Amino acid sequence: MSVLKQLLARPLALFGFLIVSITAIFALFAPWLTPFAPEAQMFDGLTIEGAPLPPNAQFWLGTDLLGRDLFSRLVYGAQTSLIIGIVANGVAVSLGAFVGIVAGFFRGWIGTILMRFTDLMMAFPALLLAIVLAAIFKPSLWIVALVIAMVNWVQVARVIFAQTVSLSERDFIVAERSIGASSPRILFHHILPHMVPTLLVWSTLGIATTVLLEATLSYLGIGVQPPIPSWGNIIFENQTYFTSAPWLVFVPGGAIVLLALGFNLIGDALRDILDPTLKGKS
Amino acid sequence: MYAYLFRRVLQAALILLGVSFITFTLLYLVPADPARQIAGRSATAQTVENIRVQLGLNLPFYEQYWRYLTSLLQGDFGRSYLQKSEVGELIAARLPASLLLMVSAIFTELVFGVLIGVVAAIKRDSWLDKVLMVLSFIGVSAPQFVVGILLLYVFAVQLQWFPIGGYGTFAHLVLPSLTLGVLGAGWYSRMMRSSLIDVLTQDYIRTAKAKGMPSVRVIFRHALPNALLPIIAMIGIDIGFFMSGIVVVESVFGWPGIGQLAWQAIQRIDIPIIMGVTLVSACAIVLGNLVADLVAPFVDPRIKLK
Repeated sequence: MSVLKQLLARPLALFGFLIVSITAIFALFAPWLTPFAPEAQMFDGLTIEGAPLPPNAQFWLGTDLLGRDLFSRLVYGAQTSLIIGIVANGVAVSLGAFVGIVAGFFRGWIGTILMRFTDLMMAFPALLLAIVLAAIFKPSLWIVALVIAMVNWVQVARVIFAQTVSLSERDFIVAERSIGASSPRILFHHILPHMVPTLLVWSTLGIATTVLLEATLSYLGIGVQPPIPSWGNIIFENQTYFTSAPWLVFVPGGAIVLLALGFNLIGDALRDILDPTLKGKS
Repeated sequence: MYAYLFRRVLQAALILLGVSFITFTLLYLVPADPARQIAGRSATAQTVENIRVQLGLNLPFYEQYWRYLTSLLQGDFGRSYLQKSEVGELIAARLPASLLLMVSAIFTELVFGVLIGVVAAIKRDSWLDKVLMVLSFIGVSAPQFVVGILLLYVFAVQLQWFPIGGYGTFAHLVLPSLTLGVLGAGWYSRMMRSSLIDVLTQDYIRTAKAKGMPSVRVIFRHALPNALLPIIAMIGIDIGFFMSGIVVVESVFGWPGIGQLAWQAIQRIDIPIIMGVTLVSACAIVLGNLVADLVAPFVDPRIKLK
């Protein structure tokens, strides 16, 4: 059975798959699915006192503090979350895999330097490091993605390093070397294919971490900057209204939880399927 | 043992040196002029220049770093640019609040994590197990600020069981600890479950069952202590997550700890404070890892110090 089939046969993974697919459809077709432009401040979008409107027939999820349609901002926010999730995690996994494989395969001084550097990075609290990086570079969508990647590659590097080291000592690699195979050949034909399951699992689980970190940075006001909508900065902008207009906080909050949950469910099931030694474990 | 300890402490010191270098370099690159900030908008160019010389900001990079490092080794974290007080004192004044929050959060996540994990493992593959594991998944998928605002809304605004924010009594501590503990409880319950399931399938457990020992005693006397090992090992390593978590949780609940201090400093680009908090956090993380490694062989004699 193919991996995808096994995945979709599990109810929880299927649920995760559904969440991610719906979010992706929202993100891809945002202009056609939204009744208003996400930045448009509606003339009739606030009450006479200037407070946000609750959900109604015209504004399905109500309006935010500037009289913008929350549903439209939420749908465009899906774009932000997915772009950052995929780009930032893609960079983090590639960088981590590169560092881990190089350090684990060649070892020696280059391996020592690389792994000591990852030790060093592990000593930083991830959020503080991301905050400092975000303060240096003026945060745009791509900068936020890079900042998150700079923080998240370390875990991948350590896992891949450990796997590469143990793989390099296995008999079939030693045999390959003894018949004169070149390093690139061993790397690309024997080491890298063995890393595919791990990298696949990290590519999904990592997106969940990334989505959460982006939301947190944007909530703190140093992630994606308004007027570009992100689920985190929608909460950041509207949190002063959370007692009188709680939907402005909890609808985007729920969206963040659902998307992260979706990727976590898929990643967890993938790990179960791809790594038979882990059957039944977390 | 002592050689190992010495090597690990030396390694930890080197890592902290590296942390100080990277943080200093990063903050050196921040495109903001602290001298201009201190002097205020109306200051003349001459005043700004004087402040710059006074703080040593006109010196080349390596000299500035050297000055920072030497005073750091004498226990001097420098002076805050804007609060006109010693960073060391600011951090020391706020550290107890953060430590209190962390200890109480660790307690929360252990209680919930172990409890949920044990129940799920014992009732393995039942509907209860499935519900608990889905809940733990939601726990690890929820950003802390959303959990915090939700708890605030339900328990402080609607039910009014707890104060909305602040510091001082036990009631103030409950919601922030819960918020900080939810994430860890999610991870620990999953780890606890798989670890207990692992132990329960081992031979010595089958022997205990075979000689007719009641299953409550098998689980609590024989299985649980061994299943707890990986969890205990994780606490030291998880200090990093807490250090990130307190920045968010303290700012949501107005908890006067070092996380809030760091957050306020970042908004005003008060570099000495940011450096100070980062270094203190890194110390805590390095120390946590060191303790986790050193304690492991005592908890589990199968692990040998290398």
